Amino acid sequence: MNPKIKTNLELPTIDSSQISLLERLSNAVSVSGDEREVRQIVIDSVKPYSDDITVDAMGNVLVTCKSKSDHPIRVMLDAHMDEVGFMIVEDEGDGIYSFEMLGGVDQRQLPGKAVLVGKDHLAGIIGAKPIHLADTDELHAAIPQKSLRVDLGPGNAGKVNPGDMGTFATRFVQAGPSLMGKALDDRLGVATLIELIKRHPNQIELLASFSVQEELGLRGAKIAAVALHPDLAIAIDSTPAIDLPRPDQKENSVYNCKLDEGPAIYVADAGTISDPRLIRFLAQTAEKYAIPFQYRQPGGGGTNAGVIHKVLGGIPVVSVSIPGRYAHTPVLLARLADWENTLKLIYAALNDLTPAILAPDRN
Amino acid sequence: MIDLSTFLKEMISLPGLSGYESPVREPIARTWQPLVDELSVSKLGSLHGLRRANVKGDHHSVLIATHMDAIGLMVAGLDDGLLRVMSIGGLDLRILVGQMVTVHGKRELPGILQMIPDRLQDKSKAGSPPGITDLFIDTGLPINEVSDLVKLGDLVSFATPPQEMSGGALAGHSLDNRASVAALTLCLEEIRKFNLAWDVWAVATTQEEETLVGARTSAYEIKPDIAVVVDVTFAKGPGVTDYHTFAAGKGPTIGVGSNMHPALGKYFKTLADEMDLPYAMEYMPKSSGTDAMAIQVSEEGIPCAVLGIPLRYMHTPLEMVVLKDIQRTGRLLARFITQLETDTMEKIFGERKA
Amino acid sequence: MKELIQKLCEISGPSGYENNIREAIKKEVTPYADSIEVDPLGNLMVRKGKKTEGGLRILISAHMDEIGVIVTHVEKTGFVRFGNLGAAFPWYLPASRVLFLNGTRGVINSEPREDNTKVSTIDQSYIDVGASSPEDCPVKIGDVGVFERPFMDMGTRVASKAMDNRSSCAVLIETLRQLKKSPHELVFLFSVQEEVGIRGAVTASYAIDPDLGIAVDVTSVGDTPSAKQMEVGLGKGAAIKIRDSGMLCDPRVVRWMRETAEKASIPHQMEILRQGSTDAYVIQTSRSGVPTGAISIPCRYVHSPSEVVDVKDLESSVQLLLKLIGGPVQLK
Repeated sequence: MNPKIKTNLELPTIDSSQISLLERLSNAVSVSGDEREVRQIVIDSVKPYSDDITVDAMGNVLVTCKSKSDHPIRVMLDAHMDEVGFMIVEDEGDGIYSFEMLGGVDQRQLPGKAVLVGKDHLAGIIGAKPIHLADTDELHAAIPQKSLRVDLGPGNAGKVNPGDMGTFATRFVQAGPSLMGKALDDRLGVATLIELIKRHPNQIELLASFSVQEELGLRGAKIAAVALHPDLAIAIDSTPAIDLPRPDQKENSVYNCKLDEGPAIYVADAGTISDPRLIRFLAQTAEKYAIPFQYRQPGGGGTNAGVIHKVLGGIPVVSVSIPGRYAHTPVLLARLADWENTLKLIYAALNDLTPAILAPDRN
Repeated sequence: MIDLSTFLKEMISLPGLSGYESPVREPIARTWQPLVDELSVSKLGSLHGLRRANVKGDHHSVLIATHMDAIGLMVAGLDDGLLRVMSIGGLDLRILVGQMVTVHGKRELPGILQMIPDRLQDKSKAGSPPGITDLFIDTGLPINEVSDLVKLGDLVSFATPPQEMSGGALAGHSLDNRASVAALTLCLEEIRKFNLAWDVWAVATTQEEETLVGARTSAYEIKPDIAVVVDVTFAKGPGVTDYHTFAAGKGPTIGVGSNMHPALGKYFKTLADEMDLPYAMEYMPKSSGTDAMAIQVSEEGIPCAVLGIPLRYMHTPLEMVVLKDIQRTGRLLARFITQLETDTMEKIFGERKA
Repeated sequence: MKELIQKLCEISGPSGYENNIREAIKKEVTPYADSIEVDPLGNLMVRKGKKTEGGLRILISAHMDEIGVIVTHVEKTGFVRFGNLGAAFPWYLPASRVLFLNGTRGVINSEPREDNTKVSTIDQSYIDVGASSPEDCPVKIGDVGVFERPFMDMGTRVASKAMDNRSSCAVLIETLRQLKKSPHELVFLFSVQEEVGIRGAVTASYAIDPDLGIAVDVTSVGDTPSAKQMEVGLGKGAAIKIRDSGMLCDPRVVRWMRETAEKASIPHQMEILRQGSTDAYVIQTSRSGVPTGAISIPCRYVHSPSEVVDVKDLESSVQLLLKLIGGPVQLK
């Protein structure tokens, strides 16, 4: 028993049922703008534990878990359901389709990948020209996305239509302490949020938003925050761990965050300066319960907090992310322990949260 | 009856990288065993299946070569728990980023093949394709476990599972050239009930993707009168439509060019016409890029024919072939073998003496 | 060992002109050889022992040629233009000294460059042999020479020109000298013309027709400042080659070498070389194929006039070779 723990609060752990939920979430296809599959899993998972579930105009799932106390603090937790992918934009015949990316994917990640297209998950290939037919100049430049096509096989001519969406076909795997799969940004957040709803503390009113179109510019969370009108909000997302060796062997000082060091608490990113009261509270909570955590390096990038804090009269926000390598590629890698510690931290924070947190002025 | 799809899927689920072909040699040997009279393995690992001629006295022999090795990677170093790599065979490094791979260490480990992010890289390299030393594999395991499980020289193969595609197509890695091994296997099955006038050597060669050393040494050992090389060729597809490419599903190609004996090419063309089998002529003036390059110049020279099976996305983890093309190639080979007569050499090539 | 290395390194023997080094090696090996042959290309083949029950014919090859220069033109002013024999890297050329086989010495320099950060090409370089006209120039078109740089003893590490591959020649000679018993028919090959494209070993392997091949050559290292990614380091033992850019060593041979080294606790390391190849490449492809591997001597600054090796690595290589060829071979 860690002497630091002065409470008998039992912190949640991740077991095989949560991992298999994450597997389903990771394997589901929910590209920004068409989040149906993940939405259905979310609704099925939280239904028994929530007082109200609404699907709003854009497709956000808004879940309310009422409190037993009078005048509870109303806390919004957000995790986005959408993932990067592509939309079919033209049928070129013979099972060959051109596509446009949805969300920021480096074009170097695309060639030679298996994909799933449309609601029937038709198997496709983003093929690459044989090296034998490429001239030297070509080999020294990235293959432009514009030159790539999705190939569904000669028998699937006309089987999908422009407007249908697709994404990588990567299947989730566990590798020792690690999780590998597509869309762990932000299915890890979605799975965490589902778990928090299942065991939501009674002294707060929990307002969950499973939001859409984060990857296209934080669109869903903006209207969700207005509808939920919380006292404060925490965005739960995944942030890149760029904790890799530099090719020049110098010290890597731009790692953003690191694997194995626990949840990454945001101080500032391109869109948000987190509320200092919330940062302090999370850090104190982590110390109190001996949960490892790290501060994400202040810098670029952002989460739904960037839009949530600017709606209505302003909402105090903070973001907590699960570190993950290789975001926006066909396979992401995260650590089970980081996920578990993120769940623990937010769960403990929600348990200790009272309206008093917002009593002092922001500073 | 060999089920083509099942057999091919088994083969493309196995590694068998150049120089290390034994994992795939095993199922090929097992499948060929009942179809040949003798089965042996060459000094460099090529599989030799012999169907003996049913004639007494001197007779000719033909070698059918299909390489069984596959491209992939090898662990070239360990760096902070990540694996550095070197390629086996001609890999376009641009298609490696973001692939799932299998690291064949003490046990098989899943790995993610990625490149140094631009953020850690020299600014001039932003957006550029990776060099081989910019690539690494992340197994997700702690450093001490990685260094215990993985060592220099361990092989890395693509983890892409076989994927059935619409229109009778199959996608996966290593269809170059397991598709041709499958065609040769179908041929062996088809000729089983025939009496043969020639010895037929079915050979699954090694290291075609590296040095052609398998075909070269097998040709030396067998010393056939003629050789037929079956390899994949480029299928038409997105961005590749010129004369190097052939429609998938429209039959094999018959090679014409300096690696091939013109009379043998013509002979195959006549056969295909007689069979009403769809095919295309493939013109490869300088080089066929196949085992024929090594076999042609073996010892006193061996006339070669090259048949091609159109394949999309060659040398990527997701190549795609139309199964019908493999069947047609097998039938064409079988027809070629069963009509060989004692005097066919002279019929094809005329009198050798000037 | 050091004396032997020095003796071998100081002899001139560029590709195609290996007679001096061949004679020197012949002298060293004569007391230990059963027979010695020189083939039409100048390869030196030294035989030792007979195949006994379960024995093999094993070819152990080290090339004896070195990189050099060849005169392409003498200018009116007496400056000598030249080409390369083997990969003489342009960045090592300026201010190098050259010794021609006819005894002439000269210094290399290059035409002034617009941009001093760029390396002069070999076409922009010339050799100054002290002549002022073609008439008084002591060399003529076609004359060949080698880089000249005295041998330097730095303790266990030594520097010289031609460590590639005289250090391996020394390993073969020393192995032959120390060899007591072997169930095999051993053929030690000192091959020619490796540096110009691995030519000598082609005909020698054909003639020898071995059951098993081992090439010994130098390899690059990754342990110098900002070196290119490579795991091999100087002083870390004999390097067992897994592959290089020319060939894949036979996995059975690699396993046999690795296990032998482990069992005998001989310092060793595994090698993957991204650029370059050795005699092993052509031994493997000979006739109906030869299971082939290679032992590499880690060497810094390969193809420079000051190549550095660690004598301990050479000794480990000798020990490994002795173990490998001293007993029965079971490839698996």
